[in-house]
Amino acid sequence: MTPADVAWMLAAFAVVLIMFPGIALFYGGMVGPKNTLNMLMMCMSTLAVVSVLYVLYGHGAVVGDSLGGLGLLGNPLEHFGWIGIYDDPGDGSIVEPYWFAFYVLFAAITVAIVASAAVGRMKFSAWIVFSGLWLTIVYLPIGHWVFAYDGDGTTGGWLRNVVKLHDYAGGTAVHMSAGLGALALAMVLGKRRNTQMRPHNLPIVLVGVGMLWMGWIGFNGGTAGGANFLAQYAVMSTLLAGCTGMIGFCLVERIRDGHATTLGMCSGIIAGLVGITPSADAVDALGALFVGFASGAVVAWAVTWKSKLGIDESLDAFAVHGVGGIVGSVCVVLIGFGGSPAGIEGVLLGGSWDIAWRELVAIVAVCGYAFVATYVIAKVLDKVMGLRVDEEAEYEGMDVSQHAESAYDMERS
Amino acid sequence: MKLITAVFQPYRIDDVKEALTGLGVAGLTVTEVSGHGAQKGHSEVYRGSEYQVEFRPKIRVDVVVADADLETALEAVASAARTGKIGDGKIWATDLVEVLRVRTGERGEAAI
Repeated sequence: MTPADVAWMLAAFAVVLIMFPGIALFYGGMVGPKNTLNMLMMCMSTLAVVSVLYVLYGHGAVVGDSLGGLGLLGNPLEHFGWIGIYDDPGDGSIVEPYWFAFYVLFAAITVAIVASAAVGRMKFSAWIVFSGLWLTIVYLPIGHWVFAYDGDGTTGGWLRNVVKLHDYAGGTAVHMSAGLGALALAMVLGKRRNTQMRPHNLPIVLVGVGMLWMGWIGFNGGTAGGANFLAQYAVMSTLLAGCTGMIGFCLVERIRDGHATTLGMCSGIIAGLVGITPSADAVDALGALFVGFASGAVVAWAVTWKSKLGIDESLDAFAVHGVGGIVGSVCVVLIGFGGSPAGIEGVLLGGSWDIAWRELVAIVAVCGYAFVATYVIAKVLDKVMGLRVDEEAEYEGMDVSQHAESAYDMERS
Repeated sequence: MKLITAVFQPYRIDDVKEALTGLGVAGLTVTEVSGHGAQKGHSEVYRGSEYQVEFRPKIRVDVVVADADLETALEAVASAARTGKIGDGKIWATDLVEVLRVRTGERGEAAI
């Protein structure tokens, strides 16, 4: 570790933090003008809930020694209160306080994606409780499966160490778990009474996308762990996939609906970025262009599923993050570049099928567990405290009913 | 006295106002309204799902004129608002029973 590594990681940290107002604006602009502040509040509140739980037991549950050596959940008490991590090794290396806090950002942004399913009908109090439960029951175990490596005399997660999946920066733990979690939450919540609402402000959607894209550079670049070759490689693929995500989504729209739209462009960028999250270290430039294009195009097709299924998963986290993450993982299997840092040769390029079952197991395990566990949490919480606001509050809008505020002054003054 | 009510494309308002001012019409009331006639609404597509915009934004001008000025005023407003395309709007006139100028208390055509 050099001071340059530390400097890049500190910068990446700040850049990733920008993703929070970024995702809040991305979703906030897509909802109606009476539900905007509620969406901002749900997205930002994830930092509040997650940071407290992470210091208490979250970090141990993700990276701690596996309970019973099973690879299912880390020891939640291992880093309780983040006690005893403050010795300065004096060599200028990246130390535990940094890593612990960096992990908080990954966890919180995952929960923020799930918030998109709750638009316009979930009690804010219920959201706060749900987000803490979701982190604990869904994210922490999956995070352990994927992010915890076996150490000296310690056991890590089963997907990472037994199945040996390839997931560069959280295509499974972050995007698939959030996408499937959002789908399950939306199913339990039920439809909004008025779903004929169009995005109230597409320009702020784009502002949010810009902040997210920038954040993704820190997210994927920071996952490299230093100012190194891998970080530069990941930044390249992250740019390229976002660009072709735009093309893939808009092309499907143009053919299917007749127009390339601003919302489609924004959605395509995010879809491309989701697709490159698991694969940023595994494809070359041509591969990254393909990952982005495929993610954008498949997601553009997948956003129409929910209305056919009658599910009000309003902001399409399932399609964008769930399906997008799956496309990215499948791309590693198909077109992985042997000369990349990951060094996986895709089967279409003559590589072995060995990686295929690993990715498949990871996709099925993460998606299946996230969906079922989220469904159960939401059902139980609905019985205990009720998830939805009443009809009048929904009609009045969540901003006024939940927060006693309005995003915009609609009356002339 | 007649009340002329014109509902037309919002971007024609400057021309209509100039046309009326050219006739010596001193005052008019402008309202932003929405609705549809033959033009109907339009549909927008967000992520593949259709959103129907049933009412279109229009501008409504209400102006009071003397009986003798009705025809020229109608003509002036119509030609200023016309674009020749569907959605140009409608103009209608109604008889007025009384007009009163609030400041002076004048009545009838003197109050216009």
